[in-house]
Order: sequence, then C-alpha cells, then structure tokens
Amino acid sequence: MKKSSSMIPYLIWMALFIIIPMLLVVYYAFTVKTPEGITWSLDNFARFFEPIYLKVLWRSLALALGSTLICLLLGYPVAMIMAGNAFTRKNVVMLLFVIPMWMNFLLRTYAWLAILERNGFLNVLLTSLGLPRLNILYTNTAVVLGMVYNFLPFMVLPIYSVLSKIDKGVIEAAGDLGANPVQVFTRVIFPLSLPGVISGITMVFMPALTTFVISRLLGGGQFTLIGNLIEQQFLVVADWGFGSAISMVMIIFILLSMAIMSFFEGEDKEKTLW
Amino acid sequence: MVKFIKRCYVYLIFVFLYMPIVVLMAYSFNDSRSRGTWGGFTLKWYVELFQDRTIMTSLYYTLLIGVSSALIATIIGTIAAIGIHNSRGLKKKMLMNITYIPVLNPDIVTAISLMILFVFAKVRLGFLTLLLAHITFNIPYVILSVLPKLRQLNIHLYEAALDLGATPTQAFWKVIIPEIMPGIVTGMLLAFTLSIDDFVISFFTTGSGVSTLSITAYSMARRGINPKINALSTIMFVSVLVLLVIVNLRQEMEQKKERGKKNGTKKQNRSYSPEFDNL
Repeated sequence: MKKSSSMIPYLIWMALFIIIPMLLVVYYAFTVKTPEGITWSLDNFARFFEPIYLKVLWRSLALALGSTLICLLLGYPVAMIMAGNAFTRKNVVMLLFVIPMWMNFLLRTYAWLAILERNGFLNVLLTSLGLPRLNILYTNTAVVLGMVYNFLPFMVLPIYSVLSKIDKGVIEAAGDLGANPVQVFTRVIFPLSLPGVISGITMVFMPALTTFVISRLLGGGQFTLIGNLIEQQFLVVADWGFGSAISMVMIIFILLSMAIMSFFEGEDKEKTLW
Repeated sequence: MVKFIKRCYVYLIFVFLYMPIVVLMAYSFNDSRSRGTWGGFTLKWYVELFQDRTIMTSLYYTLLIGVSSALIATIIGTIAAIGIHNSRGLKKKMLMNITYIPVLNPDIVTAISLMILFVFAKVRLGFLTLLLAHITFNIPYVILSVLPKLRQLNIHLYEAALDLGATPTQAFWKVIIPEIMPGIVTGMLLAFTLSIDDFVISFFTTGSGVSTLSITAYSMARRGINPKINALSTIMFVSVLVLLVIVNLRQEMEQKKERGKKNGTKKQNRSYSPEFDNL
C-alpha cells in the first residue's frame, strides 16, 4: 500500500493526455505558420481583439452572466426552502430535483426545441388559451432559457449543502438578539451561505460561458458564442492557432473565477465536487 | 400559509424542470408528425428507431465506450487514489491539482486539446481516440469518489492485518479493497454515466464511422425535430431512472447490512452524501 510505484501509470496517463495536450494548445496559440516556417508570435491573440470577435466575447459574457444571475435568483429560494422544514421527505424532494440532470444534456436541450418552435407545445398552449403566439426560438431568450434549464441544479446544490449545515442555533440567537427576519437573512444566513453561492456561481458561469451546443440548437446556426467560435476554428476553418488562442483566453477566465472562488472559500479545502 | 407558498414555489420549479421531458415523452407516442396536433397513440417511432441502423450502431458504441472506459478508469483511478492518499505535502497538492484539471477545464478545452494531441501524434481519429478521451475525463471522478473512503479508513486496519500474518498483497486485497469498495463502485457508476452523457469531448475526438448516441442525436437535432429522437430520449430517460432506482436500492441494502454488522459499535459516517451520489 505504501509503494510509490503505484502512481506511475496514473502519472504517465495524465502527462500524456492532460499535460502534453495543454502544452500543445499553448504552442499552437503562440505560433503562426508563415511561408518560411513556424514562428513565435502573438498574432493569434491580437486577432481576438478585432471588433467582430470582441463582440462575440461580450455577447458570451453577457448571456453567461445573465443566466447565472437568473439561476441565482431562482435557485437561492429553492435551496433555502429545501434546507428548511417545508418538506417532510427532504431526500425525495432532493432526488426529484436531480433526476432531470441524469438525462443526457443534449437531449434536455433538444427538448426545448419541441416546446419553443413555431408549432411547438408552448404555442399550442398559448393559442388554445386565446393568447398570441410567441416566437422565441433562435433568439437570446431561448439561449438563456436553455442555459438556466441546464445549469440551475448546479446553483441549487452547493447553496443547499451549505445552508443545511448552518447551525440553527445561530439563526435563533440572531432572532433572540432582536434581528427581524430580513436582518436575519441579510446579516446571518446570506453571509454564511456565501461559499455555496460562490461555488454555485462558478459552476453555472463556467459551462454557460463555454457552451456551444445550447447556442447552436436553440440559437440557430447563425448564433455565435465563444464556444461556437472555438468549434468553428477547429472543425470548419481548421485555424488551430486562433482556436487555441481563444481557448487560452477561456482558461484565463476560468482560472480567474477559480481564484475568486478559493479566495472566498478560505479554509474549506477538503471538498470534492461541490 | 408560508409553508404552502414555499411548497408551491418548489413545485413550480419542478414543473419547469420536468415539463420538457414530459412533453418529449408524450410526443414520442404521437402519431402525427407535426407536433402541434395530437394524431393518436402510436408506437411506430419506436419501431422505426430500432430499425435505424445509424442509431443502433451509435447505441452499440455508446455502451461499449461507456463500459470499457468506466472499467479502465476505475482501475487506474483507484490505484491513483491510493497513491494520492499516501503521498504528503507538496507532492499531494500537485497530484490533486493535476486531478482537478479535467474536472475544472471547460469540456471544449479538454476536447480540442485532446484532438490536437491525436492529430499531432498522427493517431487516426476513431474508436481508439474516443476511448482514450473518455478514460481521461473519467479518471478524476473515480479518484474523487475513492478518496473520501480512503480518508475514512482506519489506518491501523492494514497494520493489524500485517501483524496477524497477512502478506502486504493479501492485506491490500482482503482488507483495503473491501473497505473502499463502495467508493470504487460509486466512481465506476459515475464514470459510466458521464461517459454516456458526454457529447462535447466525443464530438471532437471521434472520426468518421464511429459515433455515440449524443453525436447522432446532435446531427439529427440540427436538422430540426425528429420523432425518432423523442422515442430515443424516452428510452434513455426511463433506463436512467431504472438505473437510479437500482443504485438507491443497493445503497439502502448496504446501509442496512452495515447497521446490522456494526450494531453496538460507533456508527460510522457513510460517505454517501446525496449531492455526490446523484450527480
């Protein structure tokens, strides 16, 4: 059990399939192919600052931030209610909440196609109620909806797990010391749940920023987010240098949000996924 | 009253979460091809689904990749978890950081970096690359499932086994492995589920001729609604539900067994946190 040689297969595997690929991404991002051969350059990064690509970046950031905010506003009350005593069979409610996550991500997104399309479920419902039709498929709204739908559990679960660990005595003490319910929430419960909120925000923001499936299916073919841009560079135009540069920018964003997260989380180190 | 409002709010969220799945399931039995109208109950989309060669081949590859990547990742991951558990200080920190890279990296970055590697190394994209990619992103989840079990393990158990005359190999197989088995099984199931669920990484690392269900569904969905995908979704969702029920029953049985075995002794904290298990 103490033999350190047991680590060798794992180390080789991770070096081969994680470290070297990452180094290759860095290599492609910093080199350009010229007729004379391959030279080091920052051209790929400079290209990213062209207006059309900056627009893609802003749109991706805006949609990801928007859906993160909606997830937080919708999800925090859910987490609070579940951590409270509104339900007697908490485990069952929790299970019901995660079951949809077990369905294939792609099929979950596809399901919204069937609801939002012109003759879809939503419009059938609206017309039968005598209301005007809504055409939100292939718009920002549809993309944000898809993101919220797919990532909401990632917001609720970490907040729930932090909230359910809060010592009830602390909340009672705040009440006994004269705080009204609003104060109890803003001064006690919310600050204590901050680690969960931060990890929820990161867990929603990161996949929302990098998705290309949701934008492709619900946003239509013309809809470009940063994920779609990367996909195009690799699978359509075969510009690996530029694609790698965008990927590196994404990694920087991820590292930044992780740094913020670990700053807030402090000593709570021995955590697994959330 | 407040309780009632709270419950209603959660029920509304449930409606939001389940409505698309229910609508999809209902449409899979709809005889009319246009979704707006109900043309009566039919099973013809299911019949067509099973006659579709492309979908059936994808199903075969999905299951093959899922099972084999889960098995290999479980073996490598379990050994790695034991190694990480026994290392200290800077080395442990470095190992944990490497483990977290694929978990925290966006799927698309993992996907393109692997694709670059395979093309760079002139490995033909196809079944092999798909399998290697799936093993790679599965290993960390196995490690993260096994590590908590190792932390709970009584360190003297191994020494006691040695004192009682077991060889290190025997102590490992007869004492350590059975103790951490629940973590290993959880990790393997998680790996299998993640493998089946994956789309992005498969999409970039596969070649012509080899595609998983996700990839097939994506290329069909890009062309709009297809009743065959509705039928496929229904089958997949129902099988996941069945799998979930089995996993939960297994857990309950094990907990019961444990309670019987450990009667009177200090109650051990099982590592099954609901959040992790139902990931």
